[in-house]
Amino acid sequence: MIIFAFIRRACMQGVPLLYGSTGEIITEKSGHLNLGIPGIMYMGAIGGIIGGFFFEQTGADFSLWYIKLLAVLIALTTSLLFSCLMGLIYCFLTVTLRANQNVTGLALTTFGVGVGNFFGGSLIKISKADVPTVTLTKTSSCFATHLPFVDKVSQLAEEGRCPMVVSEICSTLFSYSFLAYLSIIIALIASHILMKTRVGLTLRAVGENPATADAAGINVNRYKYISTCIGSMIAGLGGLYYIMDYATGVWSNNGFGDRGWLSVALVIFSLWNPSLAIIGSFLFGGLYIVHNYIPNLTMQAQELFKMSPYIMTLLVLIFVSIKQKKEALPPAHLGQNYFREER
Amino acid sequence: MSEPTAASVSETQASVTDNTPVIPAIELRNITKTFGDVVANSGINLSVYRGEILSILGENGSGKTTLMNMISGIYYPDNGHILINGEEVMIRSPKDAFRYRIGMIHQHFKLIDVFTATENIVLGLNDGKYDLDAYEKRVREICDRYGFLLDPRKKIYDMSVSEKQTVEIIKVLFRGADILILDEPTAVLTPQETTRLFDVLRNMKKDGKSIIIITHKLHEVLSLSDRVSVLCKGRYIGTVKTAETNESQLTEMMVGEKVDLNIHRSEPVNTEVRLKVEGLNCKNPDGIPVLKDVSFEAKCGEILGIAGIAGSGQRELLEAIAGLQKLDSGAITYIHPDDGGTEDLRNKSPKQIRELGVRLSFVPEDRLGMGLVGNMGIIDNMMLRSYRKGHGLFLNRSTPSSLAEQIISELQVVTPNAKTPVRRLSGGNVQKVLVGREIAAAPTVLMAAYPVRGLDINSSYLIYNLLNEQKEKGVSVIFVGEDLDVLIELCDRIMVLSSGQVSGIVDPKATPTRANTMKEEIGLLMTSKVANPSENHKEEQHG
Repeated sequence: MIIFAFIRRACMQGVPLLYGSTGEIITEKSGHLNLGIPGIMYMGAIGGIIGGFFFEQTGADFSLWYIKLLAVLIALTTSLLFSCLMGLIYCFLTVTLRANQNVTGLALTTFGVGVGNFFGGSLIKISKADVPTVTLTKTSSCFATHLPFVDKVSQLAEEGRCPMVVSEICSTLFSYSFLAYLSIIIALIASHILMKTRVGLTLRAVGENPATADAAGINVNRYKYISTCIGSMIAGLGGLYYIMDYATGVWSNNGFGDRGWLSVALVIFSLWNPSLAIIGSFLFGGLYIVHNYIPNLTMQAQELFKMSPYIMTLLVLIFVSIKQKKEALPPAHLGQNYFREER
Repeated sequence: MSEPTAASVSETQASVTDNTPVIPAIELRNITKTFGDVVANSGINLSVYRGEILSILGENGSGKTTLMNMISGIYYPDNGHILINGEEVMIRSPKDAFRYRIGMIHQHFKLIDVFTATENIVLGLNDGKYDLDAYEKRVREICDRYGFLLDPRKKIYDMSVSEKQTVEIIKVLFRGADILILDEPTAVLTPQETTRLFDVLRNMKKDGKSIIIITHKLHEVLSLSDRVSVLCKGRYIGTVKTAETNESQLTEMMVGEKVDLNIHRSEPVNTEVRLKVEGLNCKNPDGIPVLKDVSFEAKCGEILGIAGIAGSGQRELLEAIAGLQKLDSGAITYIHPDDGGTEDLRNKSPKQIRELGVRLSFVPEDRLGMGLVGNMGIIDNMMLRSYRKGHGLFLNRSTPSSLAEQIISELQVVTPNAKTPVRRLSGGNVQKVLVGREIAAAPTVLMAAYPVRGLDINSSYLIYNLLNEQKEKGVSVIFVGEDLDVLIELCDRIMVLSSGQVSGIVDPKATPTRANTMKEEIGLLMTSKVANPSENHKEEQHG
């Protein structure tokens, strides 16, 4: 039954990646390569922590259902605010001031991690903890709430009243928190909007050729701003999920790892299609932790396994560039700022 | 947004044409636009009536496109008024332009490659439910009405240039445009496609639409339009009725002086074969053959023209000779002018070719991509060809800079100075720099791909004269062109390519009776399928 445990962990690993890459795909479709995604996800995480921390500090009674709901909403709001702010900074610099996108994005990653660590360190100091972590067990448990019948089924299985396999499958499919399911729903909605609606058509046009979109009467900058900010907020949710559910509400500085960069790689892997990113994220999640499930691995071998998602991305890149299928290529004006009256 | 203005001004304009409504569909008064220090348009006045085709004639950089961009909302005028049906309007964005039923077909197509025709057509529209099937039906209706041939589901990247243009035109018709602006619509079309386009435009005129066509091809102006407005260096020169004017008057208005429109073609002297190409075959990266069994000879002291629809293998052929294209089979033999010794150029790099003592110059069609480095000045671009000659640690700048100064003065390149990045120069000036550099290398074979594309009359004739000069010096000139009139006037022989095959080699110096049908003959060859390649060789011998 270790295979089910592995799948469950892989899916949980995949959720932050899915949020990150869905957000980045939406941003990139507008022609903006936001390399600030790791920083934005980090900010999304610390935003949730800050909201949750001060709400827990008020000493509210977490046994009440509406307090639980309020805790989730507050952490969600602060997280979204932080990541949206990052998106706005990126937009202001690259869309309005037309700064170089790569430089801005990388600076934003550094900035996001720095600000996150600053607030993280401050909260650790306020909470006067012995270990250098902030622990939000109560808020985390609200986020981690999953469907009640999963527990009942596993209880039945332990009592021998239903087969073990049924319980395992049940918990593999239904044991996650709402943010995990939300990530898939958002990816599917994003996919639908991009490919099947007028807004999606317009957004893709902006990323493919902003001059054309402009001539067609589309407000290019508004599309760039909105898609980048929405993309950032979705990516920020990835940070929130990671910290509240996967890390069970324990914040330690620099604890996020290279999930942000994995998300950016996943964008390429999924060929700018959020539906493919769903599969890709769980695959990447699995590859990211598979070394824990292979016995007797040396440290070196573990690191090699951690590398595998990036190798997969490289293989996809090679494959795509051999096939030269136009639809599988990045938006044509990705990374290039647009200025209408440039001659 | 719009406010009524005195109709008296419109009435004075009405005297220009008879039998037209009093109020023009669109009228420009005193329009001025500057970019930094550059005045693109100053004090322009024009008007177009319903059911009328107006040509806007002017050289490159005379501000035609800038003016039209202001009507279509891409730019906003610094000064002046735009009136639609007699009412003053402000066109702040392309959206405003659509609202006033103005549609522009740009010179460079504004289409999204990965979208279908229909998706491109409906882009930016906002009329209720997004239903691609319903849109496709409406596109088909427009096609049927005006006689366009188009598959609404075809992706743009699979389309020919003419199909893309069709999409652009349907795009503005779909939005119900009454005023259509076409920016150099025939620059990329074959003669047959041009004729078809003109038929469509005449249909639209009958439909009551106002059409503005920007061009610098005089014969098109004369055959299509009702009136002509002429711009020169951003200024408005005047408007004349087409029926009451002729080529030389228009040219005089356009350039401010009389220009000799005849290309002087001298008889080739001392011709001998300089370059022999036999049975070239090559494929593009997708594995589709782009050159199929191409054979010809280029002689010194003559200009060999190459005609064909864009993308028929012209580029690959020149690149193959220049050593930039890998060949599957065939031979390229160069014959030295001094001793008659031969060199095989097949699959050699440009550097190897140079080391063999072959003086080959190449003016590629992609000026700023392959020919010059946009961010470098003229001097540095001169050095690109000569940097290997230097010795020692530091670059020798004095020779290239005197060459640069020479090109600037001899070819009248308009540039602040020799160090200004060439991408800031206008298209014509960029081309002059490139051609000047290639000629300065004293070539024995000079290949030029579309050297006058996008150039005005004056610059074009300057380039033709340069090519003629080289021919008289005994250089073998290979000229890939798109304007058949020019090819026929300039070249000693014209080879026609059709989908990578030589469909015929014609002699434009034929009798006058044949010269009249020459254009149609070449046009047919451009689209014909080659049945038996061996017949072409026979034809070559006849010519």
